[in-house]
Amino acid sequence: MKTIGYIIQKEFKQIFRNKGMLPIIFILPILQLVILSNAATYEIKNIKFAYIDYDRTTTSRTLLEKFNASTYFDVLTNFPSQKIASSAMLTGEVDVVLEIPNNFERNLLKEKTAGLSISINAIDGAAAGVTSGYVNQIVQSFNKDVKMSIMNISKKTDQPVSIASIPSFWYNTTLDYKTFMVPGILVLLVTMITLFLSGMNIVREKEIGTLEQINVTPIRKSQFITGKLFPFWVIGIGLLTIGLILAKVIFNTPMLGSLILLYTYTSIYILVILGMGLLISNFTDTQQQAMFIAWFFVVIFILMSGLFTPIESMPKWAQIITEFNPIKYFVEVVRMVLLKGSGLGDILPQMLKTLLFAILMNLLAVWSYKKVN
Amino acid sequence: MKRFIGFIKKEFYHIFRDRRSLFILFGMPIAQILLFGFAITNEINNVNIAILDHSKDASTEEIINKISASKYFTIKQMIAHEADIESTFKKGKIKAVLNFEKDFSKNLIADHNATIQIITDATDPNTANSITNYTNAILQNYQQEKNKGIQIEYQIIPQTRMVYNPELKSVFMFVPGVMTIILMLVSAMMTSISITREKELGTMEILLVSPLKPFQVIIGKVVPYIFLSVINAAVIVLLSIFIFKMPVQGSLFLLGLESVLFIITSLALGILISTIAATQQAAMMISLMGLMLPVILLSGFIFPISSMPVPLQIISNIIPAKWFIIIIKGIMLKGVGMAYIWKETLILIGMTLFFIGLSIKKYKIRLE
Repeated sequence: MKTIGYIIQKEFKQIFRNKGMLPIIFILPILQLVILSNAATYEIKNIKFAYIDYDRTTTSRTLLEKFNASTYFDVLTNFPSQKIASSAMLTGEVDVVLEIPNNFERNLLKEKTAGLSISINAIDGAAAGVTSGYVNQIVQSFNKDVKMSIMNISKKTDQPVSIASIPSFWYNTTLDYKTFMVPGILVLLVTMITLFLSGMNIVREKEIGTLEQINVTPIRKSQFITGKLFPFWVIGIGLLTIGLILAKVIFNTPMLGSLILLYTYTSIYILVILGMGLLISNFTDTQQQAMFIAWFFVVIFILMSGLFTPIESMPKWAQIITEFNPIKYFVEVVRMVLLKGSGLGDILPQMLKTLLFAILMNLLAVWSYKKVN
Repeated sequence: MKRFIGFIKKEFYHIFRDRRSLFILFGMPIAQILLFGFAITNEINNVNIAILDHSKDASTEEIINKISASKYFTIKQMIAHEADIESTFKKGKIKAVLNFEKDFSKNLIADHNATIQIITDATDPNTANSITNYTNAILQNYQQEKNKGIQIEYQIIPQTRMVYNPELKSVFMFVPGVMTIILMLVSAMMTSISITREKELGTMEILLVSPLKPFQVIIGKVVPYIFLSVINAAVIVLLSIFIFKMPVQGSLFLLGLESVLFIITSLALGILISTIAATQQAAMMISLMGLMLPVILLSGFIFPISSMPVPLQIISNIIPAKWFIIIIKGIMLKGVGMAYIWKETLILIGMTLFFIGLSIKKYKIRLE
């Protein structure tokens, strides 16, 4: 026990002596949490909107006025021709072009129907879908206005049936993305820091040659590994704490559930990541290799964690892969506990799987450590 | 010159001797692009929802059937009481509950009006929003069927054309993005690490007292990585064309040139990092921790830049990846030539020169 204590003390000293690393370990992640949480939004606004009005009537102007009044669109210019509009879309100056044909008003009044053509830059398919939805909403509401003003009385029997839907957004009534993203990004930062630090640590001693020296001392491997990894565990928990405080103070992130539960879960989770780091250290000879492997897994883990894109939408095989992604569970747990107030019973499946991973990963790491040396 | 070529050769040997690193270097991008191209999508599919049907009549049954037939939703369970909604949400198994009012059919026939409540777990605003929209679309569709006999007068029918990506494939967004992060991080990380490695192991000193000039040492270290990155870029482009059916509307040659430019930008950034960092550990942390998230989040790879707060839109301009993503999408999807992307190209060239200039300055200081 005393030996471990000394090793831990030594490792801590080593980390904190390195003045260059400290800001990277603490300030960099915190800056990113504060700044980048604002960037992660799927909300589509400030859509660059342009129009070509061949009709130039009261009706066409009223319709355009509706677009102008909407908060989603930044109405730009009136383009004289389709050709110029297309070119503007190529340069990216414009995202939507609405073309009002000749005789728009006349057709609407005489033939009781009129056409409109809309071009949307669809490179970002999801955004284009949303944009198209906004456009349709505006046109629909315009339709209603026209109907109201022209046929002010309608017979009850001819009235079409309509279903009113009332949306009700629970836990995040204002649909604020930061509420959703801040806890997720915090998870990433805690994971990345602990994985990169632990993944590089032992392989570094290998590369410099000091690992050989430690191996000939009477320190037991288990003591050595515990001593090496414990400081990173502390750093991980420390980062979580600072991150949670900032989330509360700056973003006013709701914290409905039990923080003790969150810390308990995180304590287990960090063990998984540390085990992974150790495993990577064991199977590599240089820090460079270790980092490539860590990077490889981290990018996959991040993009397949459900943090930015929904897991349900992935193909079945990909969903099965995500079952083995520890970040996925942490993201789920942190959001459930903080935002919904889920309790131990709710997160038990995630907790048990994480615990299982922690045990497996560390057994594997310790076992392979002995083999390599 | 001969000495310099000899040095480059040595660096090549150095990389190719290390089979494990090589395997990682070439294998990773392929594995990642395949995985992400197929798996990542920001569309909503198969969302688990629950139904709370107070009415249980013909109309609600029809609507429920329509919902369960759509690819967007999977009806996971039927809920009997309002009180159960909270606990199901807390378990995280379902994302929404569709709540049909009592006497739904009766109201629809008698008053021509019936109400349904769409309760969503809005911790995820995007999914919540999409669920609401998709449900509304299905309801619209149902109403249209019901109203078939009735002539709806005075209406404008918009015809929407989705330009550049008519099928709204999200892979068109993700392939350029993944290509960019792979090139950027691999190039920046590799160079910064390989140069700091020499510093850390003390072999840099030896190189610097050799007859090679310092800039030759740096170029010699970088050249093999340009070569490796170009191969990586080519593999990614081929995969995206043949597997993900990404079009290359513009010139493939131009795409190649721009990719080389971006690789050089990233390598220059790597060199700059190596002048700042004293150890491999610091170099890696800066290039991994410092670059990964900003590149993913601020480059327009996943999240639209135009929706971000203005200060972040300004910051996004200093991310080289942002410009490269605009260039790739322009060439591949829009089919534009230099006339449309010269500004982005100039910005990348400018950044490259800036990184190199700054590195040269830093190196001189170190060598004194």
